[in-house]
Amino acid sequence: MSGSRRVTIAASSLLIACLLSSVLLLRQVDQMRAGATLQEVLYITSPKMLKRLSLGYDGLLADIYWTRAVQYFGSHHQAGANHYALLAPLLEITTALDPHLLVAYEFGSNFLAPAPPNGAGLPDRAIALDQFGIRNNPNEWRLYYDLGFIYYMDVKDYAKAADAFATGSRVPNAHPFLRLLAAQMAQHAGEIQTARMLWIATYKTTQDANIRANAVAHLRALQVDEDVTNLEALVGLYQSKAGHLPSSFSEMQMAGMLGGIPVDPLGAPYKLTIEGRVEVRDPDNLPFIEKGTPPGYVPPRTPKFLPAD
Amino acid sequence: MSARIVHIASNTFREAVRDRVLYNLIAFALLMSGAAILVGQISIDIERLVVINLGLTAVSLFGMVIAIFFGIGLVSKEIEKRTLYTVLSRPVQRWEFIVGKFFGLAGTLVVNTFFMAIGVFAALLYVSHRFQGSDGWVLVALYFIILQFLIITALALLFSSFSSPLMAAVFAFALFVIGSFAEDLRGFAAMTQGVTRWLATGAAYLVPNFSALNVISSVAHEQPVAGQLVLFNTLYALIYAAMALCGAVLIFERRNLK
Repeated sequence: MSGSRRVTIAASSLLIACLLSSVLLLRQVDQMRAGATLQEVLYITSPKMLKRLSLGYDGLLADIYWTRAVQYFGSHHQAGANHYALLAPLLEITTALDPHLLVAYEFGSNFLAPAPPNGAGLPDRAIALDQFGIRNNPNEWRLYYDLGFIYYMDVKDYAKAADAFATGSRVPNAHPFLRLLAAQMAQHAGEIQTARMLWIATYKTTQDANIRANAVAHLRALQVDEDVTNLEALVGLYQSKAGHLPSSFSEMQMAGMLGGIPVDPLGAPYKLTIEGRVEVRDPDNLPFIEKGTPPGYVPPRTPKFLPAD
Repeated sequence: MSARIVHIASNTFREAVRDRVLYNLIAFALLMSGAAILVGQISIDIERLVVINLGLTAVSLFGMVIAIFFGIGLVSKEIEKRTLYTVLSRPVQRWEFIVGKFFGLAGTLVVNTFFMAIGVFAALLYVSHRFQGSDGWVLVALYFIILQFLIITALALLFSSFSSPLMAAVFAFALFVIGSFAEDLRGFAAMTQGVTRWLATGAAYLVPNFSALNVISSVAHEQPVAGQLVLFNTLYALIYAAMALCGAVLIFERRNLK
């Protein structure tokens, strides 16, 4: 073997060995400094300063900040966090860098508004974000829809929700649903049917699989809440007539109070407990339900989304 | 264009290829394919935006770096290697040497941008599965980037005609940064009064306006670019590059090469 070949082999082996050692060492260092790379720090908080520093390449910087916001929300949500200190600043920086990045308003406001564990519980910041989006994109009906949605679902300010839907319905090429929602909101604001209509509108106006799965999960939850309320009322009625609680739904069916064994939106029969409560078979498959869960039930940290139909 | 300028330009292009300038295309290809595959997994709904924003930003920055670092050496390297004396001992005018060098580097950057544009469109096709009409605006953004290269190449040549390569790189890069703030400079000038206002406005108009030539964000959002802007930007870039080139020629003509 020539001298030059020996040097090549030795240097290559050493290079690979050094590379592997450095990776192993870095892993050790990372373990010692757990969380150091995920510090809750924004070194530059001023969107204006960042825009200047981007030297005109603000579009790319906005994409980076949007990805950072998604990762931040995702990791905190996964960990069951109740506090999202950086989420609003990250979204504000993203939209200041690129005021036309619609996805940041649509998803961002839905990350911010819902109460933990489903969101950051910051509806005011979500509203401010959407309003900033509307100022910069006045012809995007979707932003008025998102704003109305937050007013309805998270702030329960039905008048403002109706106003947002009505304003959005006047935008050119607005989805016809907005006009219906504005009217429904004005007349039947707090009713379950209005909430159902909102989630149907959400489902029908998006192609995003995640948003659709979320909308379907909420629609199923509304259905369960309504079913359980009605069934428990019927159980009470049976008790008042028969003088005792029914032992099963079959008994109520035989008494002519039910047309069949009631099933939940996933097709599983509801359970009737000996105390007369109505429960779903598998509450984990029906996230967001407020009724029909066994006593002491704790929902999973991350909602389980089944495929949208 | 005289045959001598063409000859110097083609030699400059060949020298750039020999110096492995086009190797940056490998880094660019890796960047684009990595971004196209990765972004869909770590972000939401911005695959197309990222491909355009990242692709055009990379085309612009890679080109700027080549224009500055290769441009500053165009004259000094020839002096250092003493090849300049051989060239000038033939019937070649000094101005022809400068203009030839300019076209050689500009040609290199155009070829480089052409291959990068293919990469951007390939990545775009990968994430969108088909081209759409608005993708045509990406070509306008690429054209504006080439106009930026013309300006910065001319400036690099201007600075390299009278200073050391290091200082020329610093000057050219500083002017690129200042030029990116050109519109802010004009805004600051409008806030002042009297002589300061005139001086600040003059300075704002003297630095190259790179922000007007940056339409990356708007084309990423499928916003059209006005035909008039294309026309005025073209004229502006050509005039500015010609101005810087004239400066370089004037200085180089008077430079003592002994």
